[in-house]
Amino acid sequence: MAAVTLRGFGWRHAGRKRWAVRDLDLRVEHGERVLLLGPSGAGKSTLLAALAGLLPEDTGEQEGTVEIDGLDPSKARERVGIVFQDPESQLVMARSGDDVAFGLENRGVPAEEIWPRVDEALRRVGFPYDRDRPTAALSGGEQQRLALAGVLALRPGLLLLDEPTANLDPTGAALVRNAVARTRDADTTLILVEHRVAESLPLVDRVVVLEPGGGVRADGTPEAVFAAHGDALAAEGVWVPGRPIPPRRATAPAGDVLLAAEGLGLPPRLGAVDLAVRGGEALAVLGPNGAGKSTLALLLGGLLKPGTGQVTATAELAGGDVRTPPHRWRAPALARRIGSVFQDPEHQFVTSTVFDELALGPRRTGRPEPEVRSTVDALLERLRLSALAAANPYTLSGGEARRLSVATALATAPRLLICDEPTFGQDRRTWLELVDLFADLRDAGHGVVTVTHDAEFVAALADRQVLLERR
Amino acid sequence: MIGLEPVARPDAPLARRNPVAKLAAALVFSVALVATLDPVAPAIAIAVELAALPLFGVRLRVLARRAWPLLASAGGILVTLVLFAAERSGRVLVDAGPVVVTSGVLLTALGLVLRMFAVALPGVIVVATTDPTDLADALVQNAKAPARFAYGALAAFRLVPLLGQEWRMISMARRARGVDAGRNPLARLRLFASTAFTLLVGAIRRGTRLAVAMDARGFDATTPRTVARRQHFGKADALLVAGAAVLAGGALTASVLLGTFRPLIG
Repeated sequence: MAAVTLRGFGWRHAGRKRWAVRDLDLRVEHGERVLLLGPSGAGKSTLLAALAGLLPEDTGEQEGTVEIDGLDPSKARERVGIVFQDPESQLVMARSGDDVAFGLENRGVPAEEIWPRVDEALRRVGFPYDRDRPTAALSGGEQQRLALAGVLALRPGLLLLDEPTANLDPTGAALVRNAVARTRDADTTLILVEHRVAESLPLVDRVVVLEPGGGVRADGTPEAVFAAHGDALAAEGVWVPGRPIPPRRATAPAGDVLLAAEGLGLPPRLGAVDLAVRGGEALAVLGPNGAGKSTLALLLGGLLKPGTGQVTATAELAGGDVRTPPHRWRAPALARRIGSVFQDPEHQFVTSTVFDELALGPRRTGRPEPEVRSTVDALLERLRLSALAAANPYTLSGGEARRLSVATALATAPRLLICDEPTFGQDRRTWLELVDLFADLRDAGHGVVTVTHDAEFVAALADRQVLLERR
Repeated sequence: MIGLEPVARPDAPLARRNPVAKLAAALVFSVALVATLDPVAPAIAIAVELAALPLFGVRLRVLARRAWPLLASAGGILVTLVLFAAERSGRVLVDAGPVVVTSGVLLTALGLVLRMFAVALPGVIVVATTDPTDLADALVQNAKAPARFAYGALAAFRLVPLLGQEWRMISMARRARGVDAGRNPLARLRLFASTAFTLLVGAIRRGTRLAVAMDARGFDATTPRTVARRQHFGKADALLVAGAAVLAGGALTASVLLGTFRPLIG
């Protein structure tokens, strides 16, 4: 059991001008289950870190007070457990059982109690394997379940979940939500930060909305909060439930074939695939984890050498280079013809400012400087990045980084755009912008291929679907 | 790249020994051999090491696959020394223009290669028979290593395989952005450096997140840690270390008795 009291709380990270959270007054009672909402940048993660006692005094400036059962969070660490977003960077040990035991060892739990508590925690989250299962062999959803077990084994009075499903495919996300639902009990206070509101509502009984400038905007039952603030929240990017998305269908029939794959594969990651991508068409590639969707995107993007079969670009796409397969094109030629957007935006960043990042492609492909400038300005405007032109790409939020990575691929105006999970973990606003952007590209005659798990995105945009089977 | 996960039969009598004991035995054995420059002591040591392989449950073929970088560098050393050694004493064996091979050169080169093997093999055997988690546990429990160091290193170690994957992704992402080096060696070097930088930035961020997650589970707590997996250092383990010392001593003694002993210092 744990209660949380915040009085005029604020936190500013060292070296930042803006307060991450400010003027926050909030009380969460024993056993309450709260969904914490707010547009991106409202300080939700900072608040959770403060509650978990993970904001050391020397890393920023604090206003007001935070108390957990009347204690400072740094003294209440044993009462609080937190699960983060990225499964890769919160598992410590090589074997599943050892990982759950890690926290118990740290807290000095007597040795004879450790393994019974490990088994109990694994059972509570519905972990399907035994203790010796290598953590590296688990899927993302299973890894997050294990991380949850590692926290629950410590029997926290306050459980904090910081977007635990944002990096997972729908199946994995459902696994984790089920695990949270299974472990819910009247003794544990829960504070959850999550983009996907509709799926999270069964887990909570109260919604608190943070105001980006500081303070609490709304607080109450989900029904009351969404009735009063639903429109504003949806406009700011929160996935307010029950708001259908109008589809963007193609305005004209698809054009000529740009790229064709025949028997294309890369054993053992991808079996043979035949498909053709046309201009003026949005093609969605679907399939379960392990079917080789990302590999297909890399092969079509001319970034991997095919193991079997071939990729052929038509004259429409390749100009004079039709005889050479895309994976043998020089990089500048490739960037002019096919744009690839990777799942992790940070993999693609090369320079130290947003402006240079966008200018890189056009400069590499030999455009004159005034033209580079106007291309970059137009993209900054279009993707709401103008205010960030001088910022370092690595300091952007998830949504900003995604918009920038799409913009960099568009800067060289390729006829074909290939995206791997572009909507992963995005808020509603960025999501809608991506749909509009891709739809506009398609209607202007570009080919758009998206590899995705996002059924809503497919419903809103795709003209045609290709389903890959698991190997 | 040398694989790092254990490949031995885990029930072999010496593979089961305490990891700290295995590590100490390997160290004792290797250090003793560094002391001499002659080929005899290392040759005896290698014979002992190979004879001990079945007791560690490691098959020769598996070991050879693990140790191939060692074999490759041994070949390199042999060729380099034979061609470029300054001291060219002894009988001339081959005289082909600029290439002159004498018996003295060949002996020195052979001694060096044998030493390298004799010194490195115990380490290869320890890695091949030891689970990293067990090693960290034993270091903390039996060698009084700080838990923060041992488990911190273990957790970081788990992230290493991800780096190779990241490197390939970053390289492909650069190509997609229109960045490649072509045949220009300077551009290649620059591309390599900038890819490495991106990899490093990512690794540091992931490492920081992992450290925060570990502390959130009490890794930085001041309460004394308990242990879930007990490691014993028993008589058999002490015997393994003593045995290694005796055998290494034996190899050195044999070399002295045969009159081939050449101390490293003096």
